[in-house]
Amino acid sequence: MNPMIEVRGLSRRFGPIIAVDGVSFDVRQGEVLGFLGPNGAGKSTTMKMITGFLAPTAGTARICGADVVARPIEAKRHIGYLPEGAPAYPDMTPASFLRFVAEIRGFKGDEMKRRIELAVARTSLASVMEQPIETLSKGFKRRVGLAQALLHDPDVLVLDEPTDGLDPNQKHEVRTLIKALAPGKAIVISTHLLDEVDAVCTRAVIISGGRLLADAKPDELAARSRHHNAVRVALEDGMDAAAVALRRLPGVAAVEEVADGEGAALLVFPRDGRAIIGEVTDLVRTAGWPVHGLRVERGRLDDVFRAITAG
Amino acid sequence: MRATVVIFRRELASYFATPLAYVFIVIFLAMAGALAFFVGNFFDRGQADLQPFFSFHPWLYLILIPALAMRLWAEERKSGTIELFLTLPIPVEAAVIGKFLAAWAFAGIALALTFPFWITVNVLGSPDNGVVAASYVGSLLMAGAFLAIGAALSALTKNQVIAFVVTAAACFLFTVSGSPIVLGFLTPWAPTALVGFVASFSFLTHFNSIIRGVIELPDAVFFISVIALFLYANAVFVELKKAD
Repeated sequence: MNPMIEVRGLSRRFGPIIAVDGVSFDVRQGEVLGFLGPNGAGKSTTMKMITGFLAPTAGTARICGADVVARPIEAKRHIGYLPEGAPAYPDMTPASFLRFVAEIRGFKGDEMKRRIELAVARTSLASVMEQPIETLSKGFKRRVGLAQALLHDPDVLVLDEPTDGLDPNQKHEVRTLIKALAPGKAIVISTHLLDEVDAVCTRAVIISGGRLLADAKPDELAARSRHHNAVRVALEDGMDAAAVALRRLPGVAAVEEVADGEGAALLVFPRDGRAIIGEVTDLVRTAGWPVHGLRVERGRLDDVFRAITAG
Repeated sequence: MRATVVIFRRELASYFATPLAYVFIVIFLAMAGALAFFVGNFFDRGQADLQPFFSFHPWLYLILIPALAMRLWAEERKSGTIELFLTLPIPVEAAVIGKFLAAWAFAGIALALTFPFWITVNVLGSPDNGVVAASYVGSLLMAGAFLAIGAALSALTKNQVIAFVVTAAACFLFTVSGSPIVLGFLTPWAPTALVGFVASFSFLTHFNSIIRGVIELPDAVFFISVIALFLYANAVFVELKKAD
């Protein structure tokens, strides 16, 4: 099956500034692609080109086979788009706004009513349907934008920072919704929240300075972190002696003393990301240290993010 | 077509969603009346016609129409809704025409509400109702031309005040291009053909010929051409500036 989103060599200049520089990727049905990058990296510009708002300077984007430049209307029919900041007409109510979008998309009568009701139920908007959008909280505005993007049950969802400004409960709801929608669609979300990538994305790309720097599954990316397979050893005392002994283990690259919210501990980093928990526990057992905590660390996406985007 | 109708309805409703519509209509009616009575000597002339009423419309529109047009695109760009609007599956022409027709319909509603003037002259005398009808059509066409200019210029900026001022200035030039203000500046150096060309763009000349007698086809065609030209420019400007 062909990918629902095909992006090839997409570039965009603004005068002398190259905002997006030769970005290529595919998104298939069932995938949730996380778009990661620092502010100003070109995430939003790329999304604007995929959704046909902004014409690319070079390259193409195809949505379900339709080129966004050559066949924009067909491409746009397949897309539900939540632009950055979830813009909506402030003097309209969610009811009139959703009706407007539904009518533009060609729905009428019972079909329109059914689709609006479904989108409203999915985004829990029912309580504010008759209030002007300008009076709504940031969280509700964001959900109005989401409801609008879901109305026509599109094959492709492009969501620019869908959980920005939401409280933790609302974030959880939106993420649950995205995961529930994922099997039938190709979804692209941009975010700078790394836990969001862990929570919903099946794949992540890192973009910085307009270029695509990484494209992998979140756990593959996390495995590039130096914390991947590191072991945290929490000791009562004798940390210095323990650190010296741990450093002698063949699989160990480095040992650092850390003192964070969980208290003081030794972080044992492996060579080449291999699993060293066996070696470490053997040593702990034979040495008889007063250990009160021992666990394998997970790779940290923010390590990888910083290493890739700062370099 | 369907999209144009949906956009038209939304835009027209949005005029009435804010006090703008009511403020506009009240001021339009008050000023149209005041100008006709106090400046145009509507009663003292002793003639049963609406010429003093219509002859002030170009000047009235000069101030009021830019206020209707300024929000059309500048507001969408400022609030970011243009990104949502133009990623809906509609051709940009439908968006341009739908918005223009809504503003024009609104101006038409305001104009239609001046009907008591028409009734008054019919009560007081027996005016040539053909001329009055032609004048209403001419006034509506001129409002459309002002609006098309304003809509196009509104697409060039995010700032509604700038859109208003630039539109008022542009409309002023179109209005007076047949008058000594402009022609006196051109005549000393420009070729006669150019002077004639500029003069032919005068809204005032075309409008005055409509309100003096029956509607002249070339005058109607002129206003319709101006509308078409600026709607085309509007679509070009939207594509050019939407992402800035």
